[in-house]
Amino acid sequence: MEKLKFPSEEWIKAFKEEVNRNKAYEEAAKDWEGDFLFIATPDEGLEKEVVFYVDLWHGKCRDAYVVPSRDAKKAEFIYEGPYSNWKKLIMGEIDPIRGLLMRKFKLTGSMMKIMRYTKAASELVKTAQKIPTEFI
Amino acid sequence: MWEFTTPRTIVMGEGALEYLKEVEGKRALIVTDKVIRGLGFVEKVAKHLKEAGMDVKVFDDVEPEHSIEIVERGAELAREYGPDWFVALGGGSCIDAAKAIWVLYERPDIRVGEISPLIKLGLRKKAKLISIPTTSGTGSEVSWAVVITNTEEMRKMELASKEVVADISIIDPELPLSMPPKLTADTGIDALANAMEAYVSQWRNEFSDALAIGAIKIIFEYLSRVYKNPEDKEAREKMHYAATMAGLAFSNSQIGVAHALGHSLGAIFKIPHGRTVAVFLPYTIRYNAKEAMDRYATIAGAINIKSETDQQAVDGLIEAVRKLLRELDEPTSVQEMGISWEDYQSKLNDLVERAIASTGTIANPRVPTAEEYRKLFIYAFKGEEVDF
Repeated sequence: MEKLKFPSEEWIKAFKEEVNRNKAYEEAAKDWEGDFLFIATPDEGLEKEVVFYVDLWHGKCRDAYVVPSRDAKKAEFIYEGPYSNWKKLIMGEIDPIRGLLMRKFKLTGSMMKIMRYTKAASELVKTAQKIPTEFI
Repeated sequence: MWEFTTPRTIVMGEGALEYLKEVEGKRALIVTDKVIRGLGFVEKVAKHLKEAGMDVKVFDDVEPEHSIEIVERGAELAREYGPDWFVALGGGSCIDAAKAIWVLYERPDIRVGEISPLIKLGLRKKAKLISIPTTSGTGSEVSWAVVITNTEEMRKMELASKEVVADISIIDPELPLSMPPKLTADTGIDALANAMEAYVSQWRNEFSDALAIGAIKIIFEYLSRVYKNPEDKEAREKMHYAATMAGLAFSNSQIGVAHALGHSLGAIFKIPHGRTVAVFLPYTIRYNAKEAMDRYATIAGAINIKSETDQQAVDGLIEAVRKLLRELDEPTSVQEMGISWEDYQSKLNDLVERAIASTGTIANPRVPTAEEYRKLFIYAFKGEEVDF
């Protein structure tokens, strides 16, 4: 499979498809209701902030696409960090929850709710790792 | 990058309580329970604080597996009194309650459930915390964990913030001397579970490893001894230090699935924390060994289990844990706790749902699916060897 550039519209579409194929995620997030803005802030070659909107609902990804800015779409959660940390997250070098604890990423929204779905969070990262990715 | 967070000062050894005489402050609120008060420890602590020139007030309403309501009551008293020191005196419940009361005192704008590592609490503008454990188990005296029971939802809230780590922790081996044997066993095996899970955690590090292994060695050597002879001062002292070492270890790595299973079981069936966690250890070691066999083999080696392969070492370790539990008259299966199969089975979905939501799931070497959690609960109930 051809490598997809991260971050891009193609990459987030592939992510949506992979999430919807991931049975472990489906089980871990079967009661989850909540949408995210995943934001990569500029560093290491990323010149402009990139914002993904991802709508996760009962173990499935209902929608995922690039939005023009963080103000263009409202979501229950915002998970953001510098592009270099997203790279490490996708390559499995940063755990999504540990990344929050070490301030590599910032979460806006209820941490209490997220902490009940840590396995689901981990499955989302595993899903991202399945996508052949080309970084900037 | 990772952080290792500890109290600024850990005072240990016989007479450590006297350190309180040197603490500078105006008003101290002692957070404790009525049992501790009855043992005369509160008066002793208050006396030292008064010698330091402080005014002292006592909040002794903490109960085992304390609720949000108790914390809110304590915070109300704190707001009326205006302490510049909180002195947490007791077992894990008292210390965790003191941490939460302290947060609500400094931050009346937030709710208990909002205590999280991601929120800047901005503590220490009004007060600081001294922790004085009277049991040798939870490690709460040095940890950044705050466990509070949500009685409405029958759920243990596993809250955390590095800001709630005590400023001063006083590990005085005279305090646990009065623990009855059953409490000695229940708290001692809690320390064992803390250390073992810290050692295999995905978030382990060199510092937590050293403390975890050190604690495990002490616990295997001294816990049975102090259970059989509560007057054994040397064993008491060693166990008191081991519990704090295990607390430092897990607080800076992470708990695992034995805690996830135990917190869930304890919240639903109202069984003491240490017992509910440790009963699962033989099962979770076998389950985790698929991913962490070498780590368990190292633990086995540290407690002198002879083996030729890692598999043999793990078998030996599981047997050693079971032997220790039996020596302490602790259950080695859930059914030995007096829970009926019908009752257990009817609550299995709730048990699994709570275990999945536990922070013990995050960094465990093997992350269970809901089905695996269900099987772990069932195998541990029946006392069957885990084979998946």
